[in-house]
Amino acid sequence: MKIVVCVKQVPDTAEVKLDREKNTLIRDGVPSIINPYDRHAIEAALSIKEQAGGGTVTAISMGPPQAEAALREAIELGVDEGVLLTDRAFAGSDTLATSRALAAMISIISPDVIFCGKQAIDGDTAQVGPEVAEFLGIPHVAYVRKIVTVSDGAIRVERLMDDGYDVVDTSLPVLFTAVKELNTPRLPSLRGKMAAKKAVIKKITAADLSIPEGELGLSGSPTQVNRVFTPEARGGRKALSGSLEEQVSALAGELRAMSCA
Amino acid sequence: MDYQLTEEQVMIRDLARQIARERVVPVRAEMDEKGIFPWEIIKVLGESDLMGLHIPQEYGGMASGALAHMVAIEELSKACLGVSTTYAANALGTFPLLFFGSDEKKKKFLPEIASGKRLVAFALTEANAGSDASGIQTTAKLDGNEYVLNGTKQWITNGGEAEIYTVVAMTDKSRGARGASAFVVEKGAPGFTFGKKEDKMGIRCSATRELVFENCRIPKDNLLGREGMGFLVAMKTLDHSRCGVGSQGLGVAAGALDEAVKFARERVQFGHPIIGFQAIQHMLADMATAVEAARALVYSVARAMESGVKDFSKVSAMAKVFATDVGMRVTTDAVQILGGSGYMKEYPVEKMMRDAKILQIFEGTNQILRNVIGQELNKEAARGN
Repeated sequence: MKIVVCVKQVPDTAEVKLDREKNTLIRDGVPSIINPYDRHAIEAALSIKEQAGGGTVTAISMGPPQAEAALREAIELGVDEGVLLTDRAFAGSDTLATSRALAAMISIISPDVIFCGKQAIDGDTAQVGPEVAEFLGIPHVAYVRKIVTVSDGAIRVERLMDDGYDVVDTSLPVLFTAVKELNTPRLPSLRGKMAAKKAVIKKITAADLSIPEGELGLSGSPTQVNRVFTPEARGGRKALSGSLEEQVSALAGELRAMSCA
Repeated sequence: MDYQLTEEQVMIRDLARQIARERVVPVRAEMDEKGIFPWEIIKVLGESDLMGLHIPQEYGGMASGALAHMVAIEELSKACLGVSTTYAANALGTFPLLFFGSDEKKKKFLPEIASGKRLVAFALTEANAGSDASGIQTTAKLDGNEYVLNGTKQWITNGGEAEIYTVVAMTDKSRGARGASAFVVEKGAPGFTFGKKEDKMGIRCSATRELVFENCRIPKDNLLGREGMGFLVAMKTLDHSRCGVGSQGLGVAAGALDEAVKFARERVQFGHPIIGFQAIQHMLADMATAVEAARALVYSVARAMESGVKDFSKVSAMAKVFATDVGMRVTTDAVQILGGSGYMKEYPVEKMMRDAKILQIFEGTNQILRNVIGQELNKEAARGN
């Protein structure tokens, strides 16, 4: 089983602040971490490999040279190799340009399964996973909360929905995006840490992917950020309890009180 | 202070610290209260390769050396002495196999110990054989191709949970201490059962239990070394493990110091954080100095052990005595600095103080170990060095 897991290095949003004038994140001095959802993707990739009794897990990332650290961390956890797409030509990529580049790299590897986190905690778009699948022309299942069975050429998963979950059977190759309910990410091992120290991270440039210049980086990114704002806090909320009659009468009371005010 | 740890030792420290922070701290209070054995944490330690730091690579271990092992014990002890006792007692139980086991026995047992799949326990103590280990009454008699064990071991750490036991029993009572021998006994051996599980003051998540041998039959080749070497096995084992108990004292003291500093910075009385008051500062200064001195001694003894020094009974006893006395004193002072809060279970220092006490008692009481140090001084003077 050949598995690819997409990893993004993000600022630790627990510590990040917003520049109110420029509407951008102040990233200086903020520690970088592996996007937390990607940790669940890594765990899923490793456990599928273990269940299958063999194969390789390749972590790929696109980002500045320092994003190499995220790939080394993935290797500490047991990932076999790391590939970093890093080139000035990639700078300013939106989700479309990012997905195009990642898909180009993944098609070279030609894996059976691709795992992504459901979204990154800095951009929160949840677009890159499904877009990569579209570029590759393969099916995807987003918001996977459980891998039910893995057999030759088919995987059954559960997809988390607002009102429950779907059971989805899919052929391979396939792309999944992981939610945190999927698993508990493992901790690194000493052997993994030693391997990560020695590992050679493969660097890929735009030229290696043979993508036309206009389709990469800023020029390949149709997204325009018009405005960034903090959504207004919602009004107060209250949960009613008791029997149906009690709840109805309490609700009526609340509504009356509001119209009076 | 910078102790010039190697890259590997730093990795081990960081890994043990991460496991302590993410997997031990969130559950330590509950494990303490309910006496839950830390199997989940042992599993993680096994997957992280930390269960095999003391085991040679040819037997599936990491062969990281004594100092790396001390560093791992220290980090786990900062979070929970019950967990670190389970961890360190596993190494204690392994040492007789490592030093006296045949290649065949090592191949059989060590890889599973290194991966954390099976735990080990060391069984020396009995009701009438504590500080006076020559009072052992458990016997082992050769009968054909088997030894037959009879007797009861008391207060055995990891008892009941471990699957492999290194046991000291008398093969020839008439020879006194020279009549003791060491054996490896597997859980499930016919005639081997477990007695009372102890309800303890501290280290409550670690298992402490009686081992009962009633005509327990084990293969003849489960003898470690030769007949009569039991005390040598026990003494060499304890010389190696005592520094680790010192590291436990160092760790719990360092953990309690961190809590005391954090609390003293937050707690406001008379309009100021109490860390600004000299009475508190002086207590913290003494605690920090003691912790650093304990660390310097424990690390130095570990380095001496690694360097191949033959006789380190005296210095490993010193590391144990000094660092565990520091553990008791610093945890007690931490409770004092936290005041009423320190006495409550809501804060971790009351558990640290309860836990620390055992370190002055097990693997040789600090009084007996002072005897060891004193006798060594006498011998050295007699030799003229």
